[in-house]
Amino acid sequence: MSHTEAPQGTRRDFIYYATAGAGAVVTGAAVWPLVNQMNPSADVTALASIRVDVSGVQPGTQLTVLWQGKPVFMRARTPEEIEAARAVDLSELVDPVAENANIAGEAPATDENRALPLPEGSELPAGTWLVQMGVCTHLGCVPLGESGDFGGWFCPCHGSHYDTAGRIRRGPAPRNLPIPVAAFVDATTIELG
Amino acid sequence: MSGVLHDDYVPTTRAEKWLERRLPVVSLLYGTLMIRTPRNLNWMWVWGIVLMFALIGQIATGVVLAMHYTPHVDMAFASVEHIMRDVNGGFMLRYFHANGASLMFVAVYLHIFRNLYYGSYKTPREVTYIIGILMFVLMMGIAFMGYVLPWGQMSFHGTSVITGLFGAIPFVGEAIQTWLLGAGAVGQPALNRFFSLHFLLPFVLLGLTFVHVWAFHTTGNNNPTGVEVRRSSVDEAKRDTVPFWPYFILKDFYALAVVLAVFFAIVGFMPNYLGHPDNYIPANPLATPSHIVPEWYFLPFYAILRAFTGDVWVVMAVDWITFGIVDAKFFGVLAMFGAIVVMALAPWLDTSLVRSGRYRPMFKWWFWLLAVDFIVLMWVGAQPAEGIYPYIALLGATYWFAYFLVILPLLGVIEKPTAPPASIEADFAAHYDPQTGGTKQFAGSPAE
Repeated sequence: MSHTEAPQGTRRDFIYYATAGAGAVVTGAAVWPLVNQMNPSADVTALASIRVDVSGVQPGTQLTVLWQGKPVFMRARTPEEIEAARAVDLSELVDPVAENANIAGEAPATDENRALPLPEGSELPAGTWLVQMGVCTHLGCVPLGESGDFGGWFCPCHGSHYDTAGRIRRGPAPRNLPIPVAAFVDATTIELG
Repeated sequence: MSGVLHDDYVPTTRAEKWLERRLPVVSLLYGTLMIRTPRNLNWMWVWGIVLMFALIGQIATGVVLAMHYTPHVDMAFASVEHIMRDVNGGFMLRYFHANGASLMFVAVYLHIFRNLYYGSYKTPREVTYIIGILMFVLMMGIAFMGYVLPWGQMSFHGTSVITGLFGAIPFVGEAIQTWLLGAGAVGQPALNRFFSLHFLLPFVLLGLTFVHVWAFHTTGNNNPTGVEVRRSSVDEAKRDTVPFWPYFILKDFYALAVVLAVFFAIVGFMPNYLGHPDNYIPANPLATPSHIVPEWYFLPFYAILRAFTGDVWVVMAVDWITFGIVDAKFFGVLAMFGAIVVMALAPWLDTSLVRSGRYRPMFKWWFWLLAVDFIVLMWVGAQPAEGIYPYIALLGATYWFAYFLVILPLLGVIEKPTAPPASIEADFAAHYDPQTGGTKQFAGSPAE
């Protein structure tokens, strides 16, 4: 150290810290591109929207399509399924939020808030269409339709039960099946995204 | 190297002396191979050599498999079938590689449980132990990524589940998951990078192997008595030890031959026994196999992951205390990783001054219960998550944590150990009759 009685650091100390600081910044700048390249690439992030013809889907059946790498369940529900979903008291739900990307804010998870609005002039019963992501909110398996203790979906991986409105009722999954941005663009076509 | 006293390499010829002054590689090899090894090491000390052999075998077969494999979602499955049907001897190479992973895990679990029983993790071998645990975790990562590559149904949906674990981390989980996968879902970016990492990381594992060996060559091996080799003089150290070459290396090779006989029988006659038929179905993102299970070697930890559901009171309490930040899903993930963390902390949780379980009458019972617990967790991890199975898993997971966090610290205080022998030499002599170098007075099987 220096011979002067400097109470603060010496010039040499300053040079050490400055060099270490510059080294850390340069290392970080060099490593960041190596980390960031693993984030989704431009073609993956490009928000793709698809149109799906659902004219052939009869009540009581389900069409599963792949959208942005994930399955989407498009189910035309029977009146019994709709009735069962609407009879559920909200206090029984694990996740009381609709998880619907078409509704801003945290709407309650009523069946009305989860079903897809029907196209103009449709003669189907209200709430017939339920369009939701087919990805279990636990660890991402694809649930099986028309099964489980609540007549909706059942995830075979870790035993999560969803009801006929796709709401989590029992098992390890924390949230209702999310509902993507979706709308009828004509009488028989649904646009996703 | 320091540690057990031994004779150093002395170069004699002119050529040896010339090389030694420039690069002491011969003395490094000599020091490594001639290391003084406790003379009483039993058969549970052979798993290290099995692991080293298996790792080199996996690298060798893996490098050649990579010459025929295509990491693309449309071609991966077909390229594996191409290896199986068209590549010369490809089916054999792939079966060696796939079952080689199982061999490594059999060996690593026996290696770890040997270490837990004989207290090898205790001072001064904590660093060897911690590096070993890191290698175990790295090995699990490598095995997981390798299982993704055939791009079958289990590959695909297994990846969804395992990367979903990271998605359970509060606040940043989803961003981490997306970063790992390179997309919102498992697909081409994930497959491509997993292939890259599956190729790279085994070499990192090989590097860690050398550090692991370096660490225990510095401290010297533990041994079944847990009594340290005497170090006051070279002569005394010599009476407790024999050189690794040729004594233990031949014992290791004999054990390796026996293990490989079983391994070759499995590869030859039942190569798909440890796999899942579902992985011979090409990956389909629209349908999850009805019964999804990981490979057998992940099952104990998978069982712990599933054990902590939302209706367990501990989970509910933690959820409440953390204002819902640690929910049931995140709790399960924490428990799974925590199971390995508590094991890694064993050197500091075990308060007993006696190293080997052989001289710890109460510890023995708890240890064997842990071994049984491990098997039970492995079994229950393969069962569906319904009926009585979740309760068994919860019980097993609870014991796992209790062993490390409660039993190990308490036993050191309440247990009265029996007296370990004065030295390895004394223990050895007591177990063998004079014809084989001991002083034992009566014939019959060794006491231990």
